[in-house]
Amino acid sequence: MAEKQYPNIIYREKDVPDIRRYEVYAAHDGYAAFKKALGMEPKAVIEEVKASNLRGRGGAGFSAGMKWSFIPQSEPVKYVVVNADESETGTFKDRQIMENNPHQLIEGALICAWAIQAKAVYIYLRGEYMDVAAQLDERIAEAYANGWLGKNIQGSGWSCDMFTHLGAGAYICGEESALLESLEGKLGQPRVRPPFPAQKGGGLYGEPTVVNNVETLANVPWIMRNGAAEYKKIGTEGSTGTKVFCLSGHVAKPGNYELPFGVTIRELIYEFGGGISGGRQIKGLLPSGGSGPVIRFDGNDDPRLDTPMTYEDFQKLGSILGSASFIVMDETVDMAWVASRITKFFKHESCGKCTPCREGTYWLDKTLDRIMDGTARPGDVDLINNVARNMQGMTLCALGDFAANPILHTIKNFPEDFKARMGAGD
Amino acid sequence: MLAEKYADRIQKVFAKYPDKRSAVMPMLYIAQEEYGWVSPEGLREVAEICELDPTQVKSIAGFYTMYSEQPKGKYWLQVCTDLACALRGADEFSGQLKETLGVDDGGTTADGMFTVEHVMCLGACDRAPMLQCNFHFHENLDMDKMNALIAQWRAEAGK
Repeated sequence: MAEKQYPNIIYREKDVPDIRRYEVYAAHDGYAAFKKALGMEPKAVIEEVKASNLRGRGGAGFSAGMKWSFIPQSEPVKYVVVNADESETGTFKDRQIMENNPHQLIEGALICAWAIQAKAVYIYLRGEYMDVAAQLDERIAEAYANGWLGKNIQGSGWSCDMFTHLGAGAYICGEESALLESLEGKLGQPRVRPPFPAQKGGGLYGEPTVVNNVETLANVPWIMRNGAAEYKKIGTEGSTGTKVFCLSGHVAKPGNYELPFGVTIRELIYEFGGGISGGRQIKGLLPSGGSGPVIRFDGNDDPRLDTPMTYEDFQKLGSILGSASFIVMDETVDMAWVASRITKFFKHESCGKCTPCREGTYWLDKTLDRIMDGTARPGDVDLINNVARNMQGMTLCALGDFAANPILHTIKNFPEDFKARMGAGD
Repeated sequence: MLAEKYADRIQKVFAKYPDKRSAVMPMLYIAQEEYGWVSPEGLREVAEICELDPTQVKSIAGFYTMYSEQPKGKYWLQVCTDLACALRGADEFSGQLKETLGVDDGGTTADGMFTVEHVMCLGACDRAPMLQCNFHFHENLDMDKMNALIAQWRAEAGK
């Protein structure tokens, strides 16, 4: 059976293969949305985005329009920072946007910049996307050459620049305040908030700053062209528009799939993803990479696979939709091994600033190593639970919670996998 | 000296930011490109260029994993063995690669050609197994493809 067709808002290269090229993008409504925005009051642009209920695609799902509206217009210097750090395990969606439809990101970021009257846009890419950044620099140069960036843009009297900035291998820099620190040439460690990035003193170089994910901003040109009312017809009431789902792990066809919110998990995995590799049964799903609670499925007939993919419905499943980085695990996977792998990731990526996260990830890893190599002590599972709970809510950024989540939920949802590895005494 | 040799690039980097400190990460990449690693000399020069204390620059270089404070092989192979890649055979692939080159994790071949390391997620989970070689991605790998790449790199280096 062929998969159903859905509209492509983000991955327009599926309809227009060469859309990465400026001429092709321009011939397909390219920069029309920005031109329209330039004819509107900045405040009206913010209202339109707010009305669309566009939610941040980086993981938190916070209203983009609300975020923009927090910027104090009276401040003379403001910035837009595009979060292209994309370092969550299992996430590879923004790279495809930047490679295949880069002008749409540039246009979306420009509309945001106009809406808050920013002086400059910085696109912070993870260092490993060095080649992507080099291509993006060429696209930005095309936007300058065609009068969409620089001084007095389209005669508006407003000037704006756009630059790429490369990280250098640190997961924590996806956290917005750590990202800002890194962009300022410091260690990528989270800041104490308030002040928040949107406030004076909290943003880039202390100036009010909007930090948005690549996918979030790539939605904005469509919203400005077609209007918030049209956008809200796609997806569900609480989760409007489309979402890119990064599908990886034990599926026949891994990859990025852009689908309207509300499509079921089953349709994504079994129609688009071609089902579980080798015709095996599904056991678990990490829906937000390494950082969200694992969901248990008891085989391919589990009715919970018919859950619609929205922010709200994933909360009901006891997890989060987050960045929608779906790591699928089949019946052969030992969940204690999964917990151990993810914990090693967070131990490596903890920035070391907050004690509960720095020490907690170390002790979780050490204890899980014992469980994995058959030298577990009685009470080790309780010890893990205890350490992980003492990390939750105790750190400056969400990484402490992220590091505690996978282990707590694998133990809770797959107790048999841990029991099998524990000695008789536990 | 970096300041002279890369004067144009350095100027372009400075033009991006309102202060010199923000240029420290791009400058460290330039130093690494020039010396093959972030050498003490490179650190000192970057500090001078960005008007920072060498200790500050060293702490930056140490914090971010893509800056190497030790010399690496001519081809620095970083294999992703994070969860999503591991589910698609990255551990087996990485084991075979190390066996082929005769190195342990983090080790460099005796001829100085290859360093092999495990790294965390590189954002290419749908194309596992994969690695980056001197920060360029090679995806959907198996040992046949890998052996061909190794032969190609050896030929390029004349070894």
